[in-house]
Amino acid sequence: MKAYSLTNLKELEAEAIYIIREVAAEFQNPVMLYSIGKDSSVMVRLAEKAFYPGKVPFPLMHIDSKWKFREMIEFRDNYAREKGWDLIVHYNKEGFEAGIGPFTHGSKVHTDVMKTQALLQGLDKYKFDAAFGGARRDEEKSRAKERIFSFRDRFHQWDPKNQRPELWDIYNAKVHKGESIRVFPLSNWTELDIWQYIRLEKIPIVPLYYAKERPVVNLDGNLILVDDDRMPEEMRQRAEMRKVRFRTLGCYPLTGAVESEADTIEKIVEEMMTITKSERTTRVIDFDQEASMEQKKREGYF
Amino acid sequence: MNEKTNIKNDGFTAAENSAPVNPSEPLRSSDTAEGGMDILAFLNQDQQKDLLRFLTAGSVDDGKSTLIGRLLFDSKKLYEDQLSALERDSKREGHAGDDIDYALLTDGLKAEREQGITIDVAYRYFSTARRKFIIADTPGHEQYTRNMVTGASTANLAIILVDATAGVITQTRRHTFLVSLLGIKHVVLAVNKMDLVGYSQEVFDKICNDYRNFITQLDIPDVHFIPLSALKGDNVVEPSQKMPWYHGKSVLEFLEIIHINSDRNFNDLRYPVQYVLRPDHDFRGFSARVASGIIRRGDTIKVLPSGKTSKIRSVVSYDGDLEYAFPPQSVTVTLEDEIDISRGDMLVHPDNMPHVERHFEAMLVWMDEKPMDLSTNYFIKHTTNTTKVRIDEVRYKVDVNTLVKSKLDWLSLNDIGRVVLTTTKPIFFDPYRKNRQTGSFILIDPITHNTCAVGMIIDRLSIKDLPSRITDADREKIANGQPLVSEAVRTTRYNQRGSTIWITGLHGSGKNELAFILERNLFEKGAVVVSLDGSSVRSGLNRELDFSPADRAEHLRRVAHVCRLLNDQGIIAVCSFISPDASLRKQVAQIIGEARFHLIYMDATMEFCRKNKPELYEKADRGATEFLPGVDLPFDRPENACFAFNPEKNSENVEVILDYLAEKKIFPFA
Repeated sequence: MKAYSLTNLKELEAEAIYIIREVAAEFQNPVMLYSIGKDSSVMVRLAEKAFYPGKVPFPLMHIDSKWKFREMIEFRDNYAREKGWDLIVHYNKEGFEAGIGPFTHGSKVHTDVMKTQALLQGLDKYKFDAAFGGARRDEEKSRAKERIFSFRDRFHQWDPKNQRPELWDIYNAKVHKGESIRVFPLSNWTELDIWQYIRLEKIPIVPLYYAKERPVVNLDGNLILVDDDRMPEEMRQRAEMRKVRFRTLGCYPLTGAVESEADTIEKIVEEMMTITKSERTTRVIDFDQEASMEQKKREGYF
Repeated sequence: MNEKTNIKNDGFTAAENSAPVNPSEPLRSSDTAEGGMDILAFLNQDQQKDLLRFLTAGSVDDGKSTLIGRLLFDSKKLYEDQLSALERDSKREGHAGDDIDYALLTDGLKAEREQGITIDVAYRYFSTARRKFIIADTPGHEQYTRNMVTGASTANLAIILVDATAGVITQTRRHTFLVSLLGIKHVVLAVNKMDLVGYSQEVFDKICNDYRNFITQLDIPDVHFIPLSALKGDNVVEPSQKMPWYHGKSVLEFLEIIHINSDRNFNDLRYPVQYVLRPDHDFRGFSARVASGIIRRGDTIKVLPSGKTSKIRSVVSYDGDLEYAFPPQSVTVTLEDEIDISRGDMLVHPDNMPHVERHFEAMLVWMDEKPMDLSTNYFIKHTTNTTKVRIDEVRYKVDVNTLVKSKLDWLSLNDIGRVVLTTTKPIFFDPYRKNRQTGSFILIDPITHNTCAVGMIIDRLSIKDLPSRITDADREKIANGQPLVSEAVRTTRYNQRGSTIWITGLHGSGKNELAFILERNLFEKGAVVVSLDGSSVRSGLNRELDFSPADRAEHLRRVAHVCRLLNDQGIIAVCSFISPDASLRKQVAQIIGEARFHLIYMDATMEFCRKNKPELYEKADRGATEFLPGVDLPFDRPENACFAFNPEKNSENVEVILDYLAEKKIFPFA
C-alpha cells in the first residue's frame, strides 16, 4: 500500500484551503484582497479549490493605486470577467483627484495615500471583518513573525507586541465590531513554492513576469518601465529597450525590472535558483527607512 | 490505492515517481546554480519534496541564532543583499564582535533588535533537495514560555541547544518539558560550542548521560544527540573532521532523513465538519480537513452528535474525485443519505468513537496577562466547534523548571497546570497523546477575545470520577461544621424527605409487624429507609439500660437522636417502640422535630396483646418481671396520633401509611 503522505506543495495547499474555509465559516463579511500579482493568483486558485464545486462565497477587492502597470489592469479585467468573479475595485478618490503620484510626491506619500489609505477606506466602506492577503513569511523580516490570523484594531493597526497566540491550526476568529483580522493563507509558502505551484496548476499570470523587450529607464539603479506618459518627459527620453521581467508587481514607478532571458516558468525558476538578490530588492518602497515594512504594517498596510 | 477504480489520486502522494536520491549526497542549491542541473529535472524533483516543521529552543547564549543562520546560509537561502545588509548590521549593532552576527537575521522586529533578544516566534524557510523545512524559532526566556509552546504546537521535531561549556541546565529541562508537553516525538539535543571544550568526547558523553537521566520522567519516544559548533560549522551541514569519535549525522543530514510521516494518526477517523457546501439543490457537501484516520468512498460513517449513520458517496476535490482522503488533506465529502449536518459536527467510523463528553481534564498553559478567573465562562474552540467552558478546578500547577507540582487556585501568564473543565455542550475528543488534532483546544476570553489559554486533553474522566470542586464558600461551611450536601440536594437525589414514622403500642400489639412490612414496602418502592426497634437498639447501643422509667427515658432520648441524625441526612426512619409515657413521646418529637415526627398508635386490646405474648404477660402477672406497660406501668393512650390502627388489618394499615406519606410529599417527594 502506498504511504499516506503529501508533498510539500500539497500540504501547503491543504493548509491554505483549511484556512480559507475557516474564514468563510467564522466571519460575517470577509474579502479577499487581490493585487493581481503571482501570489494573489495562487491565493485565488486556492479559494476556488476550497469551495469547489461551489463558487467562492466572498468578493475579491483590488486596491487600485492608479499607478499599476497597464498590463496588470488589463489582465485583472479579462480574468475577472472570464471567471465571473465578484470583484470590487477601490481607489482613493481624493488622492487621485489631488493628483498624488510617485513622480510628483515621492514614494512615501504616494504609498501612504494611494495604497495604505486606499486600503483602509475600502475595508471601512464595505465593513469587512476579515481580509485575506497573499503575504508570505519568507518575504521580509517583520513578516516572519506574522500570525496567520493577524488581529487589527479598530484603526486597522498591527501591534507586534500584542498579537494573539496561535497554536496548532486552531484560529481565533472572535472580533468586536470594527475590529478585523487579516488572514494570510500563504504564510508558509516560499517564492519557489509559488512558482512551482503556478507551473503545476497552470495558473495564468500577468505577462510582465516573463522576460520581453521593454522600454525601461535606469533610475538610481532601478530599471523602471515606461508604462505611460505620466513619467516625466526628461526621464522618458532616457528610455532604452532591454529584455527585462518583473519579480514582483506593484506601482510601475516603484517596481524595478530585472534584466532576464526567462520567458517561461521553468526559466524563471532556474533564474531564481541562481539569483543572488532577494525579491524585495526590486521594491523601491522598502528602502525608504529602516524597518520600513514593520512601520507600514503598524499603520495598517499589509 | 484501490486499483479497480480510475478515480485519480495522483499528485497527492509524495516521492513515488521521483528520481532516486542518494542520501549521502544531499543536493545543495549551489548544485543547480553552478552545476547546470537540468531545470525540469530539478522542478520535478522539487515538487516531490515533503515538509518538515521543526522547533529550535535555546537561550541567547547557546548559539541558536547562529545555528539557524548557518543552516540558512549554507543552504544558500540567504541572498547577497541580505548578506551584505547582515555584514553591515553586524558591525553596527551586532553582538558577535567582528564576526557576522547570524542572530541579526532571525531577530526581525525593531524592538527586539534594540534589546538584542528574540521576543516572539519567527518562522524561517529553507530547503534542500530532499525536503522543505520550516523552522519555528522561539526564545528561551522564562517569561516567554507561551512563545515556545506556540512554536512547538506545529512542529514535528525539536532541536534543543545546549552550551557544551554549561551542560544540561535548568533551561534545557524547561525546554524539554515543554516539548514533551506539546507531544513532539523527536528531539535532537544539539550540544553546541564543542570548539570551546576542545571537541571532547568526555564532555559530550557526560551531557548526553545527564540528559538521558532527566528525560526518563518525560514522554519523548525518540531522542538523538549531535555534538557541533555552529560558529565554526562543525556538524551543522557537513560532518566534522574534528570529532572523529562521533559517527552520527550532521544536523542537516539528520533533518533530511528523519521519518516523520508515521507520527500522524491514520487509524481513528475524525472528520470535523468545517463548512457545508450547498451550491445548488443537487449538491450537499461537507468540507473538512481530515484530522486523523482515512475517509474512504463507501465507508459507513456515523455523525456526531446526532448519531445518525450513512455512507460516503464521494470524496470530492477540485482536482477530481478521490478514492480516499487522509490527514492533513482538505476535501469535501457527500453522503448517500440526506442528514442534517452542520459545522462542528464530526464524521467517524461507528466502531471507533471519540469521547463525547462535557467533562474532561487537560494540561492548560495560560497565555494571557489577565490571570485565570474561575467565575468566567470562557469560549473554547476545539476542532471546528466553539462553545462555552467553565474551569472547575486547578488540580495542580507544574513548575517548568523543577517539574514539581503544587496546589494553586488559578493560573497566571506562562503557568502550566492540570485543570478540570466543563463545557456547555458535549465535545468530541481524544486524548492529546493519541490525537493532536482532536486533543487540543484554545480558550478565548469572552470580553477581550484574546486567546488566553491553550490546552491538551489528558484523558476522559467520567463524572463520577471527578473530584468535586471546593469553593471558598465550601471551605467556610466545612470550617463551621456545615455539610456540603444540602437538604435540598438529598431530597432530589432520594426523592424523599427525611422523616420518622414512630409506632407506639403495648407489647404484642403488632408494632413490629407493621414496621417491618412498611420498611420493606418503602424499600421496594425505592425509598432510603432504616428501621429501629427496641430489641435491636437495646442489644448494642443501649445495652446498659434497663426497663425502669428513668432508663426508659434515656433509652428513648438516644433513639430520638439517632432518628434525628438519620432524618437530617434525608433518610426515613421507621421506629417501633412501646414508649408508654405521653411526656416522653412529646420529648422524642421535640428532639426529632415536630414536623418530621409522625406518630402511629397500634390500638390493640389487652386480650389481643396477651394472646400474642402470653409468656411475658404471665411473668408480669406472677411478679417475676416488673415495669411492663399495661400491667404494672401505665400506658398513656396517645391523643395526637396520626392513625390509630387495628392490628388485625396490618396490610391495609401499610397502604394507609403509604398514601399518607405520598400525600405529605414525604415519599415520593416528586
